[in-house]
Order: sequence, then C-alpha cells, then structure tokens
Amino acid sequence: MALLEIENLTKTFGGLRAIGGVSFSLEKGMIVSIIGPNGAGKTTFFNTLTGIYKPTEGSIKFNGKSLVGLRPDQIAARGISRTFQNIRLFQEMTVIENILTGMHVHMKQSGIDTLFRLPTFKKEEKEAEQKALRLMKYVGIKGDVGNDLAKNLPYGAQRRLEIARALAADPLLLLLDEPAAGMNPQETEEITRLFRRIREEMGITILLIEHDMRVVMNISENICVMDYGEKIAEGTPAEIRSNTSVIEAYLGRGAVAGQHEEKIA
Amino acid sequence: MSSFSFKDAFDKVNQGPLPYLIVFAHIVTGTLLVYFQPRSNLAFLVLMSSFLSLYFFNTSNRFKITAAVVMTLLIMPILGVRNIFYLEVIFQISVFAALALGLNIVVGFAGLLDLGYVAFYAVGAYLWAFFGSQQFFVLPYAPGTQPSDLPFLLAGDFFYLFMMLGVIVAAMTGILLGLPVLRVRGDYLAIVTLGFGEVIRVLANNLDKPLNFTNGPQGITPIQRPSMPDWVVDWFNTIFGPLVGHEVNTSHMYNLWFYILALMVIMVIVFVTKRLDDSAMGRAWTAVREDETAAIAQGIPLVKTKLSAFAVGASFAGIMGVLLAASRTFISPESFSFMQSIGVLSMVILGGSGSIPGVILGAATITILNLQVLQGFSLYLNELRQSDAIIPIINFAWSDLSTQLDPAKYQRLLFGLILILMMIFRPQGLIPAKRRERKLALEKTE
Repeated sequence: MALLEIENLTKTFGGLRAIGGVSFSLEKGMIVSIIGPNGAGKTTFFNTLTGIYKPTEGSIKFNGKSLVGLRPDQIAARGISRTFQNIRLFQEMTVIENILTGMHVHMKQSGIDTLFRLPTFKKEEKEAEQKALRLMKYVGIKGDVGNDLAKNLPYGAQRRLEIARALAADPLLLLLDEPAAGMNPQETEEITRLFRRIREEMGITILLIEHDMRVVMNISENICVMDYGEKIAEGTPAEIRSNTSVIEAYLGRGAVAGQHEEKIA
Repeated sequence: MSSFSFKDAFDKVNQGPLPYLIVFAHIVTGTLLVYFQPRSNLAFLVLMSSFLSLYFFNTSNRFKITAAVVMTLLIMPILGVRNIFYLEVIFQISVFAALALGLNIVVGFAGLLDLGYVAFYAVGAYLWAFFGSQQFFVLPYAPGTQPSDLPFLLAGDFFYLFMMLGVIVAAMTGILLGLPVLRVRGDYLAIVTLGFGEVIRVLANNLDKPLNFTNGPQGITPIQRPSMPDWVVDWFNTIFGPLVGHEVNTSHMYNLWFYILALMVIMVIVFVTKRLDDSAMGRAWTAVREDETAAIAQGIPLVKTKLSAFAVGASFAGIMGVLLAASRTFISPESFSFMQSIGVLSMVILGGSGSIPGVILGAATITILNLQVLQGFSLYLNELRQSDAIIPIINFAWSDLSTQLDPAKYQRLLFGLILILMMIFRPQGLIPAKRRERKLALEKTE
C-alpha cells in the first residue's frame, strides 16, 4: 500500500484553479520531487496536503486514513512534517528550543508535571534536549550554537535548522519546499547528501519541491511535473528529461529538443 | 586612548565585594532618608531605586533574596505604616505588578494583543463584591432603595476561599471569551478584546435591573474584609511601635495585610510563569507568537494553546480583582475602564514584553509616576500659583498659570507618550526578555 495516495485533488481560489485534479501516489521510502515553472501550484499542493488549505475536491489518504478536513496540527501529529519555501523559524527562540518545539506532538508532560517539576517532567525534558542536540549535529549545524537565537544563525544553518525541527517530530513523510534555494553548489551537494542519509538511516519518505535540477536529477527516484495546477508528467529522471511536454512547459512550445539538454541536465 | 564607556566603568565596579557594599549602602541610605524625611518624594524614589541596584549589581543569589525579603517584608511595611501614603503606593505597585505579569503571559509570551484585560480583573472583583457584601439580599431592590439592616451573605473569612474561586472563575471567563475570539488574528483580536472589556464594564453598569446584581454605577459597598484579630494589631504595636512612632490601628494593619497578600500572589505568579515558560506549553506559546503557520505545522494546536495563555493570564487578574474588592471595600464600574487596560499594557511594554523583572519595573515606574511624580508636580505648581513669584525674563506671574495645566490631569498623555517613545526607541523594553541559557552537552549514549 502506498504511504500517500492522492486522488483528483482540486483547489480553487475563486475562479483560479490552483490545483486541478491531481492524482498522485507515493511509496514508502522513496525520494520524489515535484518540479514545475513558477506558479505551477507546487506550494499550494503542499499547503493543501498539510491542511493549511482545505481541498475543494478530491481525497488525500495517508497511511490508509483520510486527511481531508483535519487541522494542520492534526496532520502533523499523523506524521507529516514540512519546511517552508521562505524560512519560517521561531526567530526569537534559541536553536535548541526550535528543535524542541518540533517534538511538541510527542511531549506527554501535564500541567501538574510542569508546575512541580516532577521526575517524569525532568526526564522528558532531558531526553528531548539530548535528542535535539543530536539532531542539530545530524543536520550539520556546526559549533556551539544551541543557545543562540535562531535569527542569528547564518542562512545555510537556518535552512538546516528548519530540517532538524521537522525531523524532531519523527515524521513518516518529510515535505521540503525548495530546500536548496539560495545555497552555493557545495552547500547544495552537502544538503543533497543529508536527504539521502535521512531516507537511508531514518527510513523517512521525502517529497520535495525544488528548482535546482542538479538536486532533483541527483536524488529523485521519481519526478512529478506540474504546470498550471495540473500534473503533466511523472516518471524517473531519465524519462522526465526526454518528455516533450515537460520541455514545452519550461521552454515554451516550439523549443527544439536540442536546447533543453543544457537547461535541464 | 580608549574612550570612556559607561558600561566598562560599570563592569569595573561590578566585581568582588564592592557591589555588595554599594547595594547595602543604597538600601540603608534610602531607608534612613525615608525614615527621617517621611514626606519627601525624592527620598522614597531613592529607596525604591535600591531594588534596581539590587537587580543590576553582581551579588550572590542568596544576598539578593535576603535583601529583597528584608526590603519588602520589613523595611517597606514599617516605613509604610509610618507614612500611610507610601503603603498605598507600594500596595498599588504590587497590584499592578501582578496584573502586568498576568497580561505579560498573554501579550508577552503568546503575542495576543489583549486590550480588554481589565475585564477579568472586574470579574474577580465583582465575584467577591457580590458574595462578600449584602448584595445577595439587595437583589430585589432598585439601587438606593434597599433597607439598611440587610444581613451579609457570607462571613468575611470566605475571602480566602474566594481568592481561589476568583482564579477559577476568571480562567473560565477567559476560555468562554477566547473560544469565539481567538480564531481572529492580530489587530482583529485587539479590537474584539477591546469590545469585550467595554461589554463587561457596561454590564456592571446596567445589571442593576431587573435583578440588582451589581448596584449599577453606584457600585457595591460595603464589601467585607477577612477578620483581623486584635492581638495581631497589639503584637505589631509592641514590636514595631517604637520604630513606627505612632499607634497602628486596625485599618493600617489591613492595608499592610493586603500589601503582603499582593506580594504573595506576585510570588505565585512569578513561580508559575517561570515554570510554564520553560516547558512544552511555554515553548508552544512563544512559537505561536513567533510564527503561527510554522507553529501549527509542528503539531501545535492553535486554539488550545492560545486559550491556555488567555486563561492563565485571566486567572491572575481574577485573583487580584478579589483582593481589590476586599481592600477597597467598595467597587464600581469606574474602576474597570478602558484606561486601566491601557495602563497595564503600558507597564508591560515599558518594562519589556515577556520579561518578568522588566514588567515589574514597568508597573512600579508607571504607578510611581502616576501617584507621586505627577501629583507632586501638581502640588508644586499649585504652590507656585498661590505665591506671587514670577518667571524672571519673560515676566510671567505664576498665579496667571491656567489651572488646566495640572500635571495630574495628564496621565493619559503620559501613557500615550510612553507607548510611542518605547515603540520608536526601545521596543524590547527597559529590561528586555532573555531566553534561558541551557547547559548543553551531548551525553555518550553507548
């Protein structure tokens, strides 16, 4: 059974059809990319999936259960974590606190535990803090910056911190919205390697939106191409590379096959 | 050549035994000044500012706590009963500090701009006002027509139970209000809470018919106080009589007792606030303040989190309301105006949104400005007006000064100025909030 099954997903804003009847399924343990020109509906797709937008039509099944109608926090608790296209950290909180916040759904402490600092509370906080520290190192945030405010981290580390915060919830599915945006080639390569490790070592399925074709072609087992809110192609990187409708979407009708190689490869 | 910097100089002084000496000298000077100059505002300011040197100078925690306890529980009460006006000032400071700490949870931690906070204060006050007075038996009478020999519903000592009940009732009011309201964000929330604050005040004004719950604009009086046994007064007189210099009566003892109760409430609030702030719940509050969308994507339930902040903040106002009703023995809708909400908000913003010491400093500063500095300045201008002094160069007689120019009337102007200036020059407040430093070390798992 597929981890994520989406059928005929539609989202309209007034007269605008941001997503028009997309069907899509994702097997457990895969790394899949969604690509498409700007305004193709990729981020809207993520927002609909995570419950920020209610789908106008269609069904979303995650782990066999429907997600339609659930609030974003309920969907997160089911095991879907995400990062954002423009980094959305809790700026005035420390690095460790940001990661701890990601563990919110697993925290069992009650009001009484908290007020009286009962042993269960102390143990949970201590374990959470250790886990947060390990995650910080795992995603490659260097140095002794656990107590620094998130806003004071350099850009690349902020991107990594967002990934650590998403991983803190022990998700089954990780949604990454343009994780390599604004990174230099070396950083991009490092972060690509990180994604592969996350899948291999943690067994987390990854769905990512990305414009950087080096990342997409390098790690995706499958690629889904969107344009004008519709899925226009799906397949392995090799198949997508030679798909004419994809080339048209990116380069316009009439673009000859010869040109697309340097653009996409 | 290195240029002189205030911070360097402060750091140089602020080490070794010197800070202990400075703080000690400051407290002693303040105490002696107030003791021998009981009518001087300046002396009182010197005494109050010793809390600042206690906070900023680098002394051990044990010293800080001991000094603070001696100051608040010994020096201030004695000086307070010597000049009962000071007792009123420190009581009001504690009441507003407690309110500001409560609002700080809502505004400072969870980032929900609540402009009707005083409504919860009113709920607590009217709760005890109704049950702790004759109002229950006044229900069938229109205001002013009740017979004068009605009994009291409950004994005065139920006051302590009602402090607890005030917490619960105000928290429930917070949740009831929050359920429909907290779905709106930011500016909209501010407007809705502003409306709610007014609704409560108008209700208090008009719930005198068909059944007379609140006695309308005339307010409820007398409200009972808990009992104050004579031996307590005698005991106080025997021990502190010589220092105070005059006989302390039951009324003074009440003022003192309510001041101490307010202090105890503040201690509970600070304790609860600190504990909650450093937990999953506190992190959820701050996360919601920082970025709602990101917070909800981490599985933080938005409405529940905001409601908890709202309820905790409201409960603190509730308990202070009960305390206010008993200490004043009289309450009316006047005491719960929009200006009060704005006043408490100014304290939070002046001191530092989200910062416990900051908010207490804000409450003290604004209360002292209101009660002492503005009043004192008014008094001084009045004296000038009555004298035949003139301003030399421009030849302006002080007696021609308009009576409209009375600083005590410019309280609102002051709140406004404080809010504007702080927002422009120091939005983080006088003592900005700090995140807790964690001792971070990865333990070996194998």
